[in-house]
Amino acid sequence: MNQIAPRIAPPFAVMAELTHRCPLQCPYCSNPLEMLKARAERDTAFWRGVIREAAEMGVLQIHFSGGEPTLRSDLAELIAYATEQGLYANLITSAVLLNEDKLASYAQAGLGHVQISLQGADAETADHIGHYTGAHKKKLEVAKLVTKLGLSLTINAVVHRQNLEQLPRIIDLALQLDADRLEIAHVQYHGWAFANRAALMPTRAQFEAANALVDARREDIGARMQIDYVVPDYYADLPKTCMGGWGQKMLNIAPDGRVLPCHAAETIPGLVFSRADELPLSEIWEGGHAFNKFRGTSWMQEPCSSCALKEVDWGGCRCQAMAITGDAAATDPVCSRSPRHDAMNAMAAAEAQGAPHEFKWRRIL
Amino acid sequence: MRVTPDSVPRLRRGVRRQFDKTRDTAVLMAPERVIVLDDIADAIIMECDGHRSVAEIVTVLAARYQAPEDEISSDVTEFFEDLAQAALVTL
Repeated sequence: MNQIAPRIAPPFAVMAELTHRCPLQCPYCSNPLEMLKARAERDTAFWRGVIREAAEMGVLQIHFSGGEPTLRSDLAELIAYATEQGLYANLITSAVLLNEDKLASYAQAGLGHVQISLQGADAETADHIGHYTGAHKKKLEVAKLVTKLGLSLTINAVVHRQNLEQLPRIIDLALQLDADRLEIAHVQYHGWAFANRAALMPTRAQFEAANALVDARREDIGARMQIDYVVPDYYADLPKTCMGGWGQKMLNIAPDGRVLPCHAAETIPGLVFSRADELPLSEIWEGGHAFNKFRGTSWMQEPCSSCALKEVDWGGCRCQAMAITGDAAATDPVCSRSPRHDAMNAMAAAEAQGAPHEFKWRRIL
Repeated sequence: MRVTPDSVPRLRRGVRRQFDKTRDTAVLMAPERVIVLDDIADAIIMECDGHRSVAEIVTVLAARYQAPEDEISSDVTEFFEDLAQAALVTL
């Protein structure tokens, strides 16, 4: 056999955004501002093709997400097919449309894990943030069904200026629900959250109090429940290893079938995306324009290109670099070595001052 | 999380072992996580059935690999402590 170039290692996970439709209207939604309508969504045969090709190329996990993936009547079928193909199926859900029969059908199909979002610690706050009356109560009911069915439960709590004071109660609630894992995630300022910065940005004092609380509670909770904590970028000094490195660990498939290096990649102008039924998925992963644009380190500029950490954080988040500096190849301004770092800190401090703005609700227009 | 010889480790709900043909290695599949297992880790996981204690697992592995129980015991104990901390096993 002829010498061939070293292959690009396959991704571990696929994020399957089955739909952008969602009954909730959280103002920090990670979906793009221009969301896709139901008629742009792909059918069951499309997603089965994605699952088969993903498993063949070495993907091990699939995250059924959205929007709200349980709006899809074919979800149980897709979970069953993913399981049959050897993939571990995760469900990322708001839970408000679930009941015991539906959840049992997913469990029967082989679902491994359910992640349920909470918008706060009580109905008044949570239903306001999600803009959906009755959501919080329903979520708690469904969380109990998840563990009753023997499925692993993660509670995901997105925190920001308007619910951070409830964090102690959110942690208690996750313990009461017998969650295996609690993900406390400060808002990531992309998409809807970027448009709502002045409503969501915490003060530095709130941020520091939250860090201390999480440290203390991790200590006393120990192994009973794992706490994953995502700090707010705007107050950090080192960028996140976004997506585990661009084009290195996972890929994202939008409701219309386009294959993206991350869910926000469409905010970067000039990237070319292919649909998963136009080309083999492995070809898109290895040779696709968008995937190669920021894969590895050769695209980097200073201060990234000479940085000792360049293969640790891979330059941070490209979408954030785009949003803040206007150049997607710039150093993520979260990094203290970025020339834009101080300006970003100042912007966060300014956004966090005074009364929070009204929410711009997430809506399909 | 202290692991003792009497501890009975069990894979936590949502965690399962699988063989990954593409990467030619055993892996632990967990919620939104994949943990690649080396040969020693996999040998320990294969004995972790939710019934046997750490002491029993050590005896089995020491016999199989003809290694001193002390040495195996410290490896096994440390491994389960790490897994418990990462919410991958319960004790």
